[in-house]
Amino acid sequence: MNGSTPDTPITSPAEPAPKWDLRLYVAGQTPKSLAAFGNLKRLCEHDLPGRYTIAVVDLLVDPQRADDDQIVALPTLVRRFPEPIRKVIGDLSNTARVLAGLDLKPGTVEGDHGN
Amino acid sequence: MVAINGTDTHDLAKAPTGIQGLDELTGGGLPRGRPTLLCGSAGCGKTLIAMEFLVRGATEFDEPGVFMAFEERTEELATNFASLGHDLNALVAQKKLVLNFVHIERSEIEETGEYDLEGLFIRLGNAIDSISAKRVVLDTIEALFSGLSNTAILRAELRRLFRWLKDKGVTAIITGERGESSLSRYGLEEYVADCVILLDHRVTENMATRRLRIVKYRGSTHGTSEYPFLIDHGGVSIMPITSIGLKHVAGTERVSSGVPRLDAMMGGKGYFRGSSVLVSGTAGSGKTSLAAHFAAGAVGRGERCLWFAFEESASQIVRNMRSIGIDLEPAVTAGLLRFHAERPTISGLEMHLVNIYKQVKEFNPRVVIIDPVSNFNALGNEAEIKSLLTRLIDFFKTQQITALFTSLTLANTGLESSEVDVSSLMDTWLLLRDLISGAERNRALHLLKSRGMAHSNQVREFLLTNQGVELRDVYLGPSGALITGSARDELEAKERAEGLLREQYTEGKQRELERKRQAMEARVGVLQAEYKVERAEILKGIEQDRLLAGALAGDRLQMGEQRQADAVTAQTIVIPNQ
Repeated sequence: MNGSTPDTPITSPAEPAPKWDLRLYVAGQTPKSLAAFGNLKRLCEHDLPGRYTIAVVDLLVDPQRADDDQIVALPTLVRRFPEPIRKVIGDLSNTARVLAGLDLKPGTVEGDHGN
Repeated sequence: MVAINGTDTHDLAKAPTGIQGLDELTGGGLPRGRPTLLCGSAGCGKTLIAMEFLVRGATEFDEPGVFMAFEERTEELATNFASLGHDLNALVAQKKLVLNFVHIERSEIEETGEYDLEGLFIRLGNAIDSISAKRVVLDTIEALFSGLSNTAILRAELRRLFRWLKDKGVTAIITGERGESSLSRYGLEEYVADCVILLDHRVTENMATRRLRIVKYRGSTHGTSEYPFLIDHGGVSIMPITSIGLKHVAGTERVSSGVPRLDAMMGGKGYFRGSSVLVSGTAGSGKTSLAAHFAAGAVGRGERCLWFAFEESASQIVRNMRSIGIDLEPAVTAGLLRFHAERPTISGLEMHLVNIYKQVKEFNPRVVIIDPVSNFNALGNEAEIKSLLTRLIDFFKTQQITALFTSLTLANTGLESSEVDVSSLMDTWLLLRDLISGAERNRALHLLKSRGMAHSNQVREFLLTNQGVELRDVYLGPSGALITGSARDELEAKERAEGLLREQYTEGKQRELERKRQAMEARVGVLQAEYKVERAEILKGIEQDRLLAGALAGDRLQMGEQRQADAVTAQTIVIPNQ
């Protein structure tokens, strides 16, 4: 979880197409938040290589963000782009559920119909 | 179970709600620093009570509050409460209130794996810390259950949340939807063990009534009944009155009934202050007129009078009473007399009770008139009405308000059982009856009972005149039946004639006596005159005799002397005097 400081973009090699804007809300480095980040990273590398940014928001540092983005459960992954906004909560251990939550079909980047 | 007696202030520290009635009911407010569960079905006023708790806390007790809404947006809340006179936005600007809308939309959330509600804790903690809040409302936290599916996690997290709230030391209200078989749909009462309040919104016979009941309050005594409550422009008011005890002070002060002759029937002094008076009678028997006299008497003494009119409008009563010579208008203008006129069917029985309670608290009258109380009959069964009246009368007694209730009875049916029921609650019962005889309908007044005072048991004829109510003695006819109206007038005339005759007879006798006395005196006079004459003659005779005797003696001497000279001459001198 290197570089998981708040709002630090973790960017894959540059691509021209608009990137998926993902935010992961956590509260400190709990086992659940670490697991969620690891699972998310792995999934993105596999299904969205080079086409995503992940911003990690630590609510312990910036609690106001919880209000602004309507966060209740932690960890919460928010897909801010493509629209519509979608949320996946939990440690993201069930890849199929995460893909469904993000509206991504396994292995098919074309599943992003938000473009 | 500690400190039921209220000595342990630590366990029993309470946060006053400021809500009218609720603090009396809970003996001071909600448990301070602990969560209270407020549950009830939709539309029964949970959000309103919870918000009033915060608003009053912020404005009256200097305790800022956080309102976390799970169902309404903050803008909606501000708009809704503006109509109830609370400016939430102003309180927010003054940092006395935080409104926080928690939106959970199940359709846009996918759950995968372990999670917790730390986000909610962070938001709540942030809100509390931002204004140093002492009070928190979570409305309705059960929305989480419809937004999230893992109930095992939710339950564990709620348990943690309530413990966390306690640790934070905030006084919290958690609202919950009423469940089918439990107090709240998701059994929140399991987690909130300190205080549970249940709200209810029942519709019986098309009348909606909101009620509140304290299901539990650990470590504190509390009222256990269902209490009706009212939501209006002034917020929430609960009426915590029941017949817990008959503790009211019974004074000896008396107040005039407004009708001197009626006062006379009650030892000349009228009703007891703080007593309840029932005036029952058939239609048009003069109940309202009697009430108007009482009201006029009260305002005449400078006392406030509150008149609940359930049949006529205020102006109608004022007009009608003017026709019997009672002008209530000046008292209304002067603010001593207030009418509250409405149709009884406008709200449920309990609502009327709360409304009366509220009006009395506002106006602070010494005299209350409920005209007529029988119009409540349509709103409930006998037991309910009796319960209402019991509480009402107890309330009036504790306030030392003299209350007059009129009650309509049907003609020719005797007394209704409900009327008898009601009458047992009353201290004084005046019954107005129609007496029909000789093609005339007349009114009679019975003082059926009047507790604690000697009172007349005689029936009085009751007249409505241009100068108001007039009570007259009634006459008993030859058969013992009451005689009223023109028959009474006739009888009165007859009696007057007989009286006149008797008077004349007596006068005659007296004159005769005088004559006899005069005759007697005349005879005495005659006898005296005769006596005088006789006496004078007798005295004269006596004198002559004496003179004669003297003369004879002198004669003898002279004769002795004259015998020598001329005895014949001496004799001729004396004799002519005879």
